[in-house]
Amino acid sequence: MNHQPRLLAAGYAGVLCLLVALLLSSRFWLGDTPLHMQFEARLMPPSASHWLGTDALGRELWARTLAGLSLSFWVGLSAALLGTLIALSLASLAMLSSTLDALVSLLIDTLLSVPHLILLLLIAFALGGGTQAVIIAVALTHWPSLARVLRAELLSVRHAPYVAISKGFGKRQGFIVWHHLLPHLLPHCLVGALLLFPHAILHEAALTFLGVGLDPSQPAIGVLLADAMRYLTGGYWWLGVFPGLGLLLMVLAIERFAALLRKAL
Amino acid sequence: MLEAHQLSFRFASGSPLLTNISLRLAPGEWLGLSGDSGAGKSTLGKLLAGQLAPHQGSVTIDGSLLPARGVRPVQWLPQSPELAVNPRWRVGKILKEAWTPPDTLIEGFGIEPQWLKRFPNALSGGELQRVCVLRALAPGVRYVVADEISTMLDPITQLSLWQALKAHAERHQLGVIVISHDTALLNRLCNQRWHLAGGSLRVSSTELEAP
Repeated sequence: MNHQPRLLAAGYAGVLCLLVALLLSSRFWLGDTPLHMQFEARLMPPSASHWLGTDALGRELWARTLAGLSLSFWVGLSAALLGTLIALSLASLAMLSSTLDALVSLLIDTLLSVPHLILLLLIAFALGGGTQAVIIAVALTHWPSLARVLRAELLSVRHAPYVAISKGFGKRQGFIVWHHLLPHLLPHCLVGALLLFPHAILHEAALTFLGVGLDPSQPAIGVLLADAMRYLTGGYWWLGVFPGLGLLLMVLAIERFAALLRKAL
Repeated sequence: MLEAHQLSFRFASGSPLLTNISLRLAPGEWLGLSGDSGAGKSTLGKLLAGQLAPHQGSVTIDGSLLPARGVRPVQWLPQSPELAVNPRWRVGKILKEAWTPPDTLIEGFGIEPQWLKRFPNALSGGELQRVCVLRALAPGVRYVVADEISTMLDPITQLSLWQALKAHAERHQLGVIVISHDTALLNRLCNQRWHLAGGSLRVSSTELEAP
């Protein structure tokens, strides 16, 4: 067995744990710093006293970026978990009968054929925006790919000879689901959720940027980037660069970890 | 007594594969089943073991249908042991899914104790096949359908596997159905010899009578 992907995945897991610990603890030690206005220090460039600069209302950008990433992390995690749950439920439902299988397959194909950004916008708009709307919209538009993988895996395991042999030894349906099917699906769910995670974060930022996402008063990454757009032509580059870079690093770290985990499992 | 009564099986498309198959196997007897590829040998084996349901006819043991719950008295052993085991389980757990065989039997089948801690992909096909055969000999099992279980093994491993199964079958009056293309093997092991062709059975040795 090749141990390199496992070691690399473990390394990425360590880095991600540190990042997550930093993001989760930030709400306790940041206090109201992300919202604290200093009118004497408006639009200040990065310096020793203002690490990543300040915005048009004199708010510290490092604190706002950290708070935005923390918010994005929670939204992304919730959307990824909800999307995985929907995918797992529908893939399991498809196993009950050939009619249900055909219906689920049709639903998957239909949703995959529609550009999901349009659906995302429509759902988020219909739900009135806000954190919950973003989570639901991202989850509802991002389950089909994972559901297709889980359905195929369930089909292959359900008809595997070892499952038929297990039934021959008098094992009940519950035992087979718990001991044979779920352990086989778990790595796929984990990797699927992790791959969905960065997508969810990016879409949350995109929806917020387009004005149908999180509340503009919240220091979300999408809000910071939308604000930065107005000042970019004035040369205030730090307003867009640092939140964008933070988002990029977080998404890349999670995506690389998911890719390595897929290899390792 | 294991009996198949007028078994018929057809594909989902409707074309028949097996028609009116009847056979009987007493405890301790060995039945050899040969036939061309695609003749339906494995399907018949699965029907006898209750892995598939016939479209017509029935399989009984001492006059009763195969039980729907509990350990099936007829166990099916497929050709590829890799497909017959959960790849995520260690060999010890695979064995224990059916029963906990005594150490003497584990030794008798040439299974090394350290294999029990390994995953299936760390064993060879022959080693894994021995584990699968031993697993199928759980208490309550009275007949075994061995579907080309030694085809992929070298002659020495084949011999040791059949010897171990033969010894256990004699001790426990286990009936065995051997599916194989190897007529020499079938002649050596079996009391009954049947050939499957055109969807029906015919006896392949003149001194044996049809059931």
